[in-house]
Amino acid sequence: MNLKRKDLLDIESLSKEEIELILETARPFKKLFTQSIKRVPTLRGKTVALLFYEPSTRTRISFEVAAKRLSADTVDLAVGNSSVQKGESLIDTGRTLEAMKVDFVVIRHPENGAAKLLSDKLKVHIVNAGDGTHEHPTQGLLDLFTLKEKRKDLKGMRVVILGDIAHSRVARSNAWGLIKMGAKVTLCGPPALMPAELGKMFGKAVHIEHDLAKAVRSADAINVLRIQKERMMDGLIPSFPVYTEQYGLTPKILKLAKKDCLVLHPGPMNRGIEIASEVADGPRSVILEQVTNGIAVRMAVLYLLAGSK
Amino acid sequence: MKQVLSPKEFKTVLEKIAGDFYMENESVCRHGADRLGIVGIQTRGVHVAGRIAEILKKKHKSAASVGSLDITLYRDDVSEIGSQPLVKETDIPFPVEGKTILLVDDVLYTGRTIRAALDALLELGRPRKVLLACVVDREGRELPIRADYLGLNMKVKAGEKIQLKVKEVDGKDGIWIVQ
Repeated sequence: MNLKRKDLLDIESLSKEEIELILETARPFKKLFTQSIKRVPTLRGKTVALLFYEPSTRTRISFEVAAKRLSADTVDLAVGNSSVQKGESLIDTGRTLEAMKVDFVVIRHPENGAAKLLSDKLKVHIVNAGDGTHEHPTQGLLDLFTLKEKRKDLKGMRVVILGDIAHSRVARSNAWGLIKMGAKVTLCGPPALMPAELGKMFGKAVHIEHDLAKAVRSADAINVLRIQKERMMDGLIPSFPVYTEQYGLTPKILKLAKKDCLVLHPGPMNRGIEIASEVADGPRSVILEQVTNGIAVRMAVLYLLAGSK
Repeated sequence: MKQVLSPKEFKTVLEKIAGDFYMENESVCRHGADRLGIVGIQTRGVHVAGRIAEILKKKHKSAASVGSLDITLYRDDVSEIGSQPLVKETDIPFPVEGKTILLVDDVLYTGRTIRAALDALLELGRPRKVLLACVVDREGRELPIRADYLGLNMKVKAGEKIQLKVKEVDGKDGIWIVQ
């Protein structure tokens, strides 16, 4: 059993079987976390480079913990203190890492397609940790894992993705993954944050709804996206209070969904803006489990890619 | 595919393993689950371990704790082999600390699986003693490992494989030689 690919760049190109393989493989990894020794020797001697061109704490640390629990070494290239600041090109940086014989490059970059570019030029395994507004596949996979763990079957599940759909790679990766697994996806957000191209991209597979109350009706899960301050400065949303009024997930809105509706958020949260604290800390929230699951899923991805040629 | 052990003979072999183990570890067996754990290696070893535990319970009134061990993450050939083995679950629902552990596998060949299993097992704690039971020993060891309790020795030609089947997975019990 194998992933037939060198790299993980997106969920769009994964088959349902590949997604299932990754999710199945993540399960025993998660179980390791209950042991006192959480580390296994599987990737001993391998090196994982973390190449982050955007600030990120949780994703970077999650990959680092995942690599270390597999006994791989990690090298951390924070942009602030590397030659990237001196203007070295992405490909040159990648080739330098390859010359140092690293085995994996985990890349986060503000531009769409950055991971693909490295993938085309380098022989090492590339894992996309978020490229522009394109995809964030391991986040999508960990959200699928979290939903599957709670509900067994993703098929037919009604999932609402709520917020800044236009700028969210998390939304894209989730939508692709959910569609492939047979879930029913509703994208919900202000019209200004929901470009027309989405309809073209996903076709009839996703439902678009601007009214939050309608969107959450009979939802099995709501994945709340982080709203960024830049959007206000760009004039795409009038103000945070107005956004919260229409699109904030509050206990009142959550009541309209199914009784056991799950609440997800990729973090970091703006409490009181896109999500109310009562919801974030409430019994439906699986936000902290997403963090735990993220490590297991990333371990599964590294493990499966290590065996592919 | 040639059958070399019938279901009935298979049962006899497991009874012999359980009997030999009981004879040498009577006091531990009498303490049951407090002192004795039986751990099968995924996949067939788990079922063989379950059968041995059953025999110990029925014939010798010894109720051991039973667990399963997956050694995939402890293999020494990840990324050298073409296809990545599916990771299965390790489920040892009891502390191994201070216990006598009977490690169980179906076919003992190179010894690398057992090496990996020992590493995986010792990560869970410090057993008092680890003993190894295998149904079949085929020659070809690459590490200094041997079984403490063995069903039978078999010699097969190069290119031939010994296949042990169990009802729970394969629908029938027995041992076959396949080309």
